[in-house]
Amino acid sequence: MPKAKVNGVEIEFDNGMTVLQVAELAGEEIPRFCYHERLSIAGNCRMCLVEVKPGPPKPQASCALPAADGQEIVTNSAMVKKARQGVMEFLLINHPLDCPICDQGGECDLQDQSIGYGRDETRYEENKRAVEEKHMGPLIKTVMTRCIQCTRCVRFITEVAGVPDIGLISRGEDVEITTYLDQSVASELSANVIDLCPVGALTSKPYAFNARPWELTKTQSVDVMDALGSAIRVDARGPAVLRVLPRTNDAVNEEWISDKTRYACDGLARQRLDRPMIRQDGRLKPASWGEALALVAARLKAAAPDRVGVIAGDLQDAESMKAALDLFGSIGVTSLDCRQDGLALGDGPRESWLFNSTIEGLEHADAILLIGTNPRLEAPVLNARIRRLWLSGKTRIGVIGERADLTYGYDYLGAGASSIATAIEGGEFADAMKNAKHPAVIIGQGALTRADSAAVLALSANLAAVFGVVRDGWNGWNILHTAAARVGGLDLGFTPRAGGMTAAEMTAKGGAELLFLLGADEIDLGQSDAFVVYLGTHGDAGAHRADVILPGAAYTEKSGLYVNTEGRVQRGERAVFPKGEAKEDWSILRALSDHVGARLPYDTLDQLRARLFADYPTFGQIDYAPGSSPTTLDLTALGARGPVLDAPFASPIKAFHLTNPIARSSVTMAECAALASGLKLAAE
Amino acid sequence: MSVRRLAKDQPASFAFAPELSDQVQWWIAKFPAGRQQSAVIPLLWLVQKQEGWVCEPALRVVAEVLFMPVIRVLEIATFYTMFQLSPVGTVAHVQLCGTTPCMLRGANDLKAVLRARIGAKDHCSTDGRFSWEEVECLGACANAPMAAINDYYHEDLSPESLGVILDGFASGHPPAPGSAIGRQGSAPAGEPLTLTDPALYDGSRARPLGGLPNAVAAAQ
Repeated sequence: MPKAKVNGVEIEFDNGMTVLQVAELAGEEIPRFCYHERLSIAGNCRMCLVEVKPGPPKPQASCALPAADGQEIVTNSAMVKKARQGVMEFLLINHPLDCPICDQGGECDLQDQSIGYGRDETRYEENKRAVEEKHMGPLIKTVMTRCIQCTRCVRFITEVAGVPDIGLISRGEDVEITTYLDQSVASELSANVIDLCPVGALTSKPYAFNARPWELTKTQSVDVMDALGSAIRVDARGPAVLRVLPRTNDAVNEEWISDKTRYACDGLARQRLDRPMIRQDGRLKPASWGEALALVAARLKAAAPDRVGVIAGDLQDAESMKAALDLFGSIGVTSLDCRQDGLALGDGPRESWLFNSTIEGLEHADAILLIGTNPRLEAPVLNARIRRLWLSGKTRIGVIGERADLTYGYDYLGAGASSIATAIEGGEFADAMKNAKHPAVIIGQGALTRADSAAVLALSANLAAVFGVVRDGWNGWNILHTAAARVGGLDLGFTPRAGGMTAAEMTAKGGAELLFLLGADEIDLGQSDAFVVYLGTHGDAGAHRADVILPGAAYTEKSGLYVNTEGRVQRGERAVFPKGEAKEDWSILRALSDHVGARLPYDTLDQLRARLFADYPTFGQIDYAPGSSPTTLDLTALGARGPVLDAPFASPIKAFHLTNPIARSSVTMAECAALASGLKLAAE
Repeated sequence: MSVRRLAKDQPASFAFAPELSDQVQWWIAKFPAGRQQSAVIPLLWLVQKQEGWVCEPALRVVAEVLFMPVIRVLEIATFYTMFQLSPVGTVAHVQLCGTTPCMLRGANDLKAVLRARIGAKDHCSTDGRFSWEEVECLGACANAPMAAINDYYHEDLSPESLGVILDGFASGHPPAPGSAIGRQGSAPAGEPLTLTDPALYDGSRARPLGGLPNAVAAAQ
């Protein structure tokens, strides 16, 4: 390994590293604005100047300079100090002194670095330049006078998001960051540019002038807006969640999150169920917990267990589902389902419903076939990873399903189930899959929630077997879920017992007599004549139809386990308390069990978790994804052969911003959705 | 250099003229497949040839033809000052050099002429036939002061000769480009002022060589 000296200390480094990386390896902090590990190198802010020997006797931009064997790197000399001060002084020439009214204040790279590396005063006496405001949509607020032209936003939106909408126009002193004719940025990852912006030029529009970073309580948690389980930080002040930011988790979301994850949080304060309610004379009237629980218990006791149905929703934590299983199991209920959309998975081995290659492991894939999925809408952060694979040129991607703009090129193999069989027969892409060392299929909910899903599953499994998707040390059988609670529910076996009804059967006319909805809002209750009990957080579809409402806690208001699409168990933490009289979901079920006379054997969340881990050991493996461990998955056993429909696959997500009750209650998401549907209309 | 932005009033649409489409294809074919966007500057130049300036619908057409994001085309069009982002005179667009050598040789007097005859800098004359702008050095300092009018250089200008040239454009008979005082290229005005001694050319100044450079080393 080559060696270099950093401030006199010798250090070994890998070939291909830059001087900046070597200096960081040695523990030296190099100030920077334009350089970012996950973006291409621009080298235009000049803040990372260091002294390098051998070389010209002048400071050099370390971010763009390859490190070489025997180099001497000096980061603390008088020359470097003076160079940094000079660069900082130039950057501040046109930067307004509006920190007191800038939302970036307190978490601003320019602020921090000017304290650390700048001069204490300016020598510039001319007028500063001013830049017109720009429009970038409902999420990104712009104050472009503050821009220092690092171009991180341009590089992110072009390289990572793959929606090249932002650019740097004009030149010299007049350069400006803008979108074409002030259009909105049409990426699902657009708001990440706010985190990337080292100054206050791009800030969060919904969060504008709401709080200072030091006023906020920061809670590390897990996202539930899609099935990836992105690592997030929930920033709250008092009872209000003010914003959600990404945390770095290289195994899942790297350091990006989707706009929905980031901005659905204002939905946590609207349309909330904050007290128990009972329907009287066709109207929901507030009630006490005792009245509501007693009524539910009486109805439960009166109903025959085989006429009771329990449906778990898409945002549910594993603990509440476990409590529901225990409670309703103990009174003999067999109709339990966590699959509101009728997903055709859940009775095979665990691997059959997981994203087995793991999200990080997908980087090894050299051929990927997407079946009935649009990852750009279903998991935008994952889509950015697939795009990176495609950009590397080593991975070939095929699509059976919607011919959507996925931000990368692909071989289009057909629209519907019949194309799965023809894809096996031959063609360039079939050859690519066969010759691939790590082929993968990603099967979406669009393919597995139809009337012919069992047959589609069998066809897909057959295709996977033919292409050798599951082999020694590699399991490329990937199911991409869209619901955060789904894998947890399937792992718990939250599916109909023998003789039980599925979700669709429960809600059909003459189905269940008593329907207990555990935050289930994505199912049509129009035909059902059941007595409906809704335990949930928002006045959405389920609550509108409910006869009794038991107000629960949203994902930011309870500590809970969520299993993401790859089977990774992650723990979300409570950032704020539930609204009003609302309680944590598991404790409501525990209280109900008392009224029913089938007391659940746990009084604290820890006892419940201990029970959960004992019954289902996979839940004890926090932050672990099984991945390609030696597999026992028998592809031929999946699904059932049969006729398939002619209808093309369609993604279950029709409106990206409105997929769950929290997002549907969010004003910001509504604005985005209106804009997105307008864009779609304009494109058609 | 003023802030370069798209003009407020834009035409509704743009299409390459049929006689230019061959050239468009010729430029695109110069670059390997997948690298068509390399032709963006020539194509914008063709747009400007056709329309006299680069309009907003043309940016979208170029982006579409080259399979590139329209923001990238806008970046390029606003970066290069050779692209006119607002309409210019239909008969003549005068790009007057105002950089030091030309300024010392009287460019400021030429500006006064242009202001008087055409109007304010960077604007079309009221009839839309003429416009002028001040540009940085065009590299013809030996013939200062000068101006590029449409595609050609007019050099060694004086307020009078510039007036004559503008008259020529106005009447539809533009004068030949080049030096307004009849210089050949950038040869001395009038007749040569240096190296005039005939002895330089009749061989009488020739001396026998003492030895060739490096000859000593070669002999040894």
